[in-house]
Amino acid sequence: MIDLALDGYMSALPEIFLALSGLVFLIAGVFRGNSGTTFLCYSAAFAFVFSLILLAGVNTGEAFSDLFIMDDFARYIKVIILLGAIASVVYAASFLKDEQIFRFEYPVLMIFAVVGMMVMVSANDLLTVYLGLELSSLSLYVLAAIHRESIKSSEAGLKYFVLGAISSGFILFGCSLIYGFAGATNFDDISVLLSGDNSLNIGVIFGMVFILSGLAFKISAVPFHMWTPDVYEGAPTSVTAFFAIVPKIAAIALIIRILFEVFPSMSEQWQQVVVFISVASMAIGAFGAIAQKNIKRLMAYSSIGNMGYALIGVAAATQNGVYSVLVYVTIYMVMTVGVFGIIMCMRKRGYAAESISDLSGLSKNSPVMAYGMAILMFSLSGIPPMAGFFGKFMIFEAAVNAEMYILAVIGVLLSVVAAYYYLRVIKIMFFDEAEDRFDCDIAFSRRAMIAISVILIVAFIFYPNIVFDGAMSASLALFPK
Amino acid sequence: MEYIAVFAPLFAFLIAGLFGKQIGDRGAELITCSFVIAAAISSVFLFYNVILSDLENHSVMIVPVADWIVSGGFKASWTLRIDELSVVMMCVINIVSACVHVYSTGYMSHDKSRARFMAYLSLFTFAMLMLVTSDNLLQLFFGWEGVGVASYLLIGFWHHKDSANSAAIKAFVVNRIGDLGLILGIMTIFVIFGTISYDGIFSQAADKMHDSFNFFGYEIHAITLACILLFIGAMGKSAQLGLHTWLPDAMEGPTPVSALIHAATMVTAGVFLVARFSPLFEFAPEALIFVCVVGAATAFIAATIGMTQFDIKRVIAYSTMSQLGYMFFALGVSAYGAAMFHLVTHAFFKALLFLGAGSVIHAMSNEQDMRNMGGLWKKIPVTYGLMWIGGLALAGIPPLAGFYSKDIVLEAAYADYSWFGDFAFWAGIAAAFMTAFYTWRLMIMTFHGKCRAVKEVQNHIHESPRVMIYPLVILAIGAIVSGYALSSYFVGSTSYEVVEVDENGNEYIDIRNKENFWGDAIYVKEENDTIEKAHHVDMWVKILPLIMGITGIAFAYLFYMYLIRVPEIFARRFRPIYSLFYNKWFFDNIYEYIFVRNVFSFGKVFWKTGDERIINGFGPDGLAYMTNIFAKIYSKLQTGYIFHYAFVMMIGLVILVSWFFFGFSAD
Repeated sequence: MIDLALDGYMSALPEIFLALSGLVFLIAGVFRGNSGTTFLCYSAAFAFVFSLILLAGVNTGEAFSDLFIMDDFARYIKVIILLGAIASVVYAASFLKDEQIFRFEYPVLMIFAVVGMMVMVSANDLLTVYLGLELSSLSLYVLAAIHRESIKSSEAGLKYFVLGAISSGFILFGCSLIYGFAGATNFDDISVLLSGDNSLNIGVIFGMVFILSGLAFKISAVPFHMWTPDVYEGAPTSVTAFFAIVPKIAAIALIIRILFEVFPSMSEQWQQVVVFISVASMAIGAFGAIAQKNIKRLMAYSSIGNMGYALIGVAAATQNGVYSVLVYVTIYMVMTVGVFGIIMCMRKRGYAAESISDLSGLSKNSPVMAYGMAILMFSLSGIPPMAGFFGKFMIFEAAVNAEMYILAVIGVLLSVVAAYYYLRVIKIMFFDEAEDRFDCDIAFSRRAMIAISVILIVAFIFYPNIVFDGAMSASLALFPK
Repeated sequence: MEYIAVFAPLFAFLIAGLFGKQIGDRGAELITCSFVIAAAISSVFLFYNVILSDLENHSVMIVPVADWIVSGGFKASWTLRIDELSVVMMCVINIVSACVHVYSTGYMSHDKSRARFMAYLSLFTFAMLMLVTSDNLLQLFFGWEGVGVASYLLIGFWHHKDSANSAAIKAFVVNRIGDLGLILGIMTIFVIFGTISYDGIFSQAADKMHDSFNFFGYEIHAITLACILLFIGAMGKSAQLGLHTWLPDAMEGPTPVSALIHAATMVTAGVFLVARFSPLFEFAPEALIFVCVVGAATAFIAATIGMTQFDIKRVIAYSTMSQLGYMFFALGVSAYGAAMFHLVTHAFFKALLFLGAGSVIHAMSNEQDMRNMGGLWKKIPVTYGLMWIGGLALAGIPPLAGFYSKDIVLEAAYADYSWFGDFAFWAGIAAAFMTAFYTWRLMIMTFHGKCRAVKEVQNHIHESPRVMIYPLVILAIGAIVSGYALSSYFVGSTSYEVVEVDENGNEYIDIRNKENFWGDAIYVKEENDTIEKAHHVDMWVKILPLIMGITGIAFAYLFYMYLIRVPEIFARRFRPIYSLFYNKWFFDNIYEYIFVRNVFSFGKVFWKTGDERIINGFGPDGLAYMTNIFAKIYSKLQTGYIFHYAFVMMIGLVILVSWFFFGFSAD
């Protein structure tokens, strides 16, 4: 029996604060109606900032009868999640105004989604995993469909919901298998049981595969990726940006925690799965993107591919691998913030332009934006000295150190294929005939976010240690002793 | 000082080349001209410091600039070696280059990209300076290739002209053959001596004189092989017979380029190279014979071709080739000082002739065919007068520069008392006659008789602006005095010492002789010292070249001034010989037939089938094509139907699970 004592609840202070503020905002929204959406967005941003501050002061430790764990790993991931959430909600404020989608539920849902993700990251029990996962997923389903007047948005929400429900089913089924064979749901207990029992239990392996498949859906890894392009395209751009920036980090953190904390004794088994998923994701991400004409779909494939790269680090199954994944997703998050900021700036006469060809001649019409986009694209394709290069480099280095040479070579070759479509964007911006300009009334907050993202990408080479140190201590937390 | 002399042109190139748009054409001209003039002045100072300030104790400077390659036992550094030989070359290069720079501002005044032109000229000057000041073979090779590139850029400067482009490519490709020889020579030297620095090589030369290579069972004398390979490199750059075909075509470039690169400096790099390696060549007598024979044949054959050409610049180009032949056979008989002497005087009067010809072309609105000229002397008298000086110097009439240098070259050849020396002497005498003949043929066809140009061109004839005349005057002074002033230094005999009286009435012994002048830069074995012997040859040998020169001029006058029909009759009577000369001994045609066509067809095979079909087809193009197909097929799978998506997820899960199920039970 699990005793729901509130011991050590201080460790969950940021989550508690966020959940409470979400409730307060909900009530405020109900009273003020949709007209207060922008205000609520910025309030949510402040709530995120405040919870970031709280996060800094929280002690490590376990809470709620070991259902919840707070360690350096969780702290690092949560910082990134909150930063990404701040960027997303700031984007949303101006985007909702542009598109005239005033729904006060939007920021509230974002807050709940973030709470769910933070719980996922801190989960120390299969039940906590499911709790956090469902809280965030349900919020995300609604967010995808938030633009009710748009058929595409509704379709995206529906698809995401149905497929997400299937994946949740996978996870639940996996949890029940593990509980059935191991007799425990707590991570510590399971890992002790597994390490003690030398003969591997096929039931537990099946459970692990099911959970892994379900989580692979959340990070849109192949073959559970099919929803990604459709949802990215259909959802309002600010929601797409949120999808691309935040939930994947939480999901990949959860994958890492489960694989490295619960099933370290089965690493040979899950390595095979992860390698397969990783290679398939890189390949589909690279080849699928080539034929795309819509920039949001392009970014969907880009994210599929990038998750494939991140999984290389997981597949290495070493502390160095985890470290490289953390660096990689951090850099990826920053790049995505910049790219989606620019995508949101693509508006012609008040309407969003989403086709890649709309970018043609951007270097003439608004050179600053074109150069910013070029830097981001170079970074995404992994060209030095941008930050993206270091992310990829460390991933491959980890794979080589773990003697997974073939995987590293495949990764490098596929990143060449992927470079094609990133460079194509640059080619269109700089060498194609100019089309009509984009609207130039871009909100200051958005400009600032894009600028910060580009500067971080370029300046990473000068101050890489801020990320490196954090990621190092976070990855060490998973490898005790 | 030495830094200014060498690096000022580099900075001029960088400024004019990179910021040409910002500073404008005028700015680029000012910068390049002033920098190169500064370099010229400092190299004259260097000349004084190194040699003249103390004739018996030269202050040779070795200035290390930076390390370049340090790898195990192999070391190559950027070093300026300012010794007797290089300082002479620096003076020639910088002075002529300064004149040409200034001249170009006038000559190219109608051109659109003057800044680029000036930048290239400065680049060339810098590369040439690197070549002559190097302290090892690698830096020499750097300069060697640098001048090649600059020459390519300048020949093809008017890139809108097809003929200029193909001439530039031809120059580059033909030089490449020579460069291959040079590279092989450098490697051979490294194999023999284990170093590429001059001091290291020369100090070991005597020890290694009996070394040999075994090559497919043949014993090859190592130093001879190295020397011949180096000389092949020199043949390419200096347009010696066999590798000369690029030089006449290179006249497609602007005339200042022809004056600087294809007369005064770059083409003499080969002469410099051999002179620089005199300590090595002295131990390779067979190589010297080879040098001598090639040089003599070049001198003769180029002169015969020069007599029949009609393009004013081509005549001078063949003349250059012929004079280079003189220098080489002088080297071949170990008269290095004489060769350098002829190099210096030739640089002055040939640059003068070229720039003069440029002035004529400028006046004639870019007409180069002498058949369309004539009677110009009244209209452009200054150019005419300056051309006279250049012509007399070239023909070897005293007291102009060419007389001194050509005489000592021919006498040295005679004084070698060997079969190849005699061959060179008689070929040189014949060439001397022809030189005078074609020079005056040029003078008369251009400046005398009736003007054969079209009316509009005639009305346009004008004397060149002063900015073009002044450099000519400087070169003319050089062409007049350099022979007399330098002869005792460059080739002065050591056997007699002249007692002279200085202004205070004190007697002193004149120590101006070649030994004191060249110091250690040139090494000649005692028994090979032909210059010394040349001072003691029979009188008729000394006078013969002069007689030949005068007769040549007389014949030219006779044929082209008074008996105008005679050349035509000659041409008809001796049809085969004339067409042999006129068609440049069919070198171009033979090369075209043997090499060019075959290479092109080979190239086509490799290009069409080898590269496009096989490498591209299976490589980049094929892969890109497959990638596209793959991408298209894949996007068809993305149907948009939710049940398809769910199905794929299920399949994926089933695959993963069954993978484990079978993998696990197989254990």
